[in-house]
Amino acid sequence: MYMPPATPHPSTPAAAAASVLQACDLAGQRGDRALFEHLELALEPGAVVWLRGRNGRGKTTLLRLLAGLATPMAGEIRVNGVPQRQAGPPLRRSVVYIGHQNALKDDLTAMEALLFLARTRGDRPDDAALTAALQRLGVRGSRFAPVRTLSQGQRRRVALARLALCLHADLWLLDEPFDALDADGIQALNGLLAEHAARGGATLMTSHQSPSLRDPEPRVFDLDRHGLA
Amino acid sequence: MNSPSLRLFTFAAPSRFYRLAGWMVPWFWAATLVLSVAGLYIGFFVAPTDATQGDAYRIIFIHVPAAWMSMLLYLVMAFWAGIGWAFNARLASMVARAIAPTGAMFTFLALWTGAIWGKPTWGAWWVWDARLTSELILLFLYLGYIALVNAIDDVRRADQAGALLALVGSINVPIIYFSVKWWNTLHQGATISMTAAPKMATTMLTAMLLMTFAFWAYAFAVVFTRTRAIVVEREAHADWVTELTRGKMHP
Amino acid sequence: MRDLFLAVLLRDLKLASRRRIDSLLPVVFFIVALSLFPLGVGPEPQMLRDIAPGIVWVCALLASMLSVGSLFAGDLADGSLEQLLLAPQPAIAVAAAKSAAHWLLTGLPLIVATPLVGLLFGMSGSALLALVAGLLLGTPILSLLGALGAALTLGLRSGGMLLILIVLPLTMPALIFGAGAVGNIEAGLDAGGHFSLLGALLLATALGAPPATAAALRISTE
Repeated sequence: MYMPPATPHPSTPAAAAASVLQACDLAGQRGDRALFEHLELALEPGAVVWLRGRNGRGKTTLLRLLAGLATPMAGEIRVNGVPQRQAGPPLRRSVVYIGHQNALKDDLTAMEALLFLARTRGDRPDDAALTAALQRLGVRGSRFAPVRTLSQGQRRRVALARLALCLHADLWLLDEPFDALDADGIQALNGLLAEHAARGGATLMTSHQSPSLRDPEPRVFDLDRHGLA
Repeated sequence: MNSPSLRLFTFAAPSRFYRLAGWMVPWFWAATLVLSVAGLYIGFFVAPTDATQGDAYRIIFIHVPAAWMSMLLYLVMAFWAGIGWAFNARLASMVARAIAPTGAMFTFLALWTGAIWGKPTWGAWWVWDARLTSELILLFLYLGYIALVNAIDDVRRADQAGALLALVGSINVPIIYFSVKWWNTLHQGATISMTAAPKMATTMLTAMLLMTFAFWAYAFAVVFTRTRAIVVEREAHADWVTELTRGKMHP
Repeated sequence: MRDLFLAVLLRDLKLASRRRIDSLLPVVFFIVALSLFPLGVGPEPQMLRDIAPGIVWVCALLASMLSVGSLFAGDLADGSLEQLLLAPQPAIAVAAAKSAAHWLLTGLPLIVATPLVGLLFGMSGSALLALVAGLLLGTPILSLLGALGAALTLGLRSGGMLLILIVLPLTMPALIFGAGAVGNIEAGLDAGGHFSLLGALLLATALGAPPATAAALRISTE
């Protein structure tokens, strides 16, 4: 399978302005262990990048740094040209992060859980929009079921249904989105990724297996080449 | 704090502090010895016997400086912890952690000496007067800080959480002191207060000041020693530490 | 900010309504703990009346502290906390909403249960009124400070006890003013000073605790 080589973008001002996400000289650590340093990364609109690396290399750490959940030991992160530290509400709205965990409350129904997550972003989707989002991931039938009654795969689909409501967002950061998904789920997610890219959104995602998405072909960013031994 | 020491703790490399502090600590111990001998001599032998309280009052030469130190050290600890948090200065956070046990010790000392004073004076080992009760709550604040930073494994999170707690505690110290004072005046008719110390003859004041400086010197000696231990522990992976343990550097 | 505040608050209330038994536990603890005192110190009516304000406050304190320990634990476990911290609006709204939810679910029920307690301890009407008024001002303070403690001790093994240790000293002024107010009323004196101080304390805590809690949440999740 042909995998296009990773080409880190030069950090020129022109590139910065055009990038949705740009990381310069980034250093990350977990606890006391330094994981990577002098990391350069740039995502332009419409790009889909597969963040690849062995276990423990720091893929999740890097994603969390880029999302703004942790502060890097060194370096700078810019979203749409603005330093992350100075990002205001509109800029923060333009980034969607879905981590390992689904962020769904057990005692809420799938629809209620999805609505809550949307409301934290400041959106107020109506029932029709929520239903359509769940439909896209093939879990419309479980929308009134409490989350704790759903299987792992169904919960993952509900969590990913957020993406159907955030297609306009500039940047998607996804940590192992394909985990626990069956073939149908993978196809649905691929559809969302393609539509997001077509609208000019950028996606950075991790995955244990190589993504089956073909259009657009994901670029590879290999963390092993940037990591510390 | 004067500017050079601020820069020292904020931006100095831990290795530099290690060497500098190692040189200074013996002098601090020497000062502690000299000052405390002088202070205790004057306090216990030279200062006159008090008319009302007899010789039992002499314990205040330890009690009052200890109480001052306990409160002051808490603020100093909160200050350096805050600096460490705000500027991501590792050394400042280490110093704050090193201060905590010493501050707690002084609080404990103040409480003990308060009890020793109370027994002959009012017949009870403990009186719930405003100052002693505030000291007790201060001890809880110290213990809370120590417990919190020790419960968190991640060093950076522990330092930052401790800084936040210490700063919140500092804001509360005056509130707590005021409310305890209020509570005390409500519940006791005649104010039996530790602050009603015998009128200070000059010798008494001298003894008090000497003991205070002695405690300061002691605090520096102990805190610097503890900080050096923390530095070596945290920087264990650094080159200068491995060289040190191989005996190539002077301790 | 108001949107995020309301979203979190209403969600927590909805979740509590689906676990009603769990929500009642703090009040049950409150009453049980209070009942221990007559068993421990004897049933002499005047003495019980004397100690009632103090022990009601202490038990309210303990009930609050015990229930606040799990304030953020559920959200941490399922990843919701991460998403809340990623919200465009400041995390202060989350901290304030959580504190408000805790007060509505623990503090308010305690206040409602207090008249029953007053009966058990033979308190006079005016004393009971002063107690309830004090708790009305004081229990929000406990929820606000408790939230700070919960955020600092998030995910730690020794969480519960540690939280109580670090928060209790901070709550002592509220305890002093609240119980003292009732004491004054019972002695026939005016308690205006106590209530003013309690009110001022509430205001200061309401302004200062949520930002500190938000900072603590970031520290604990990095």
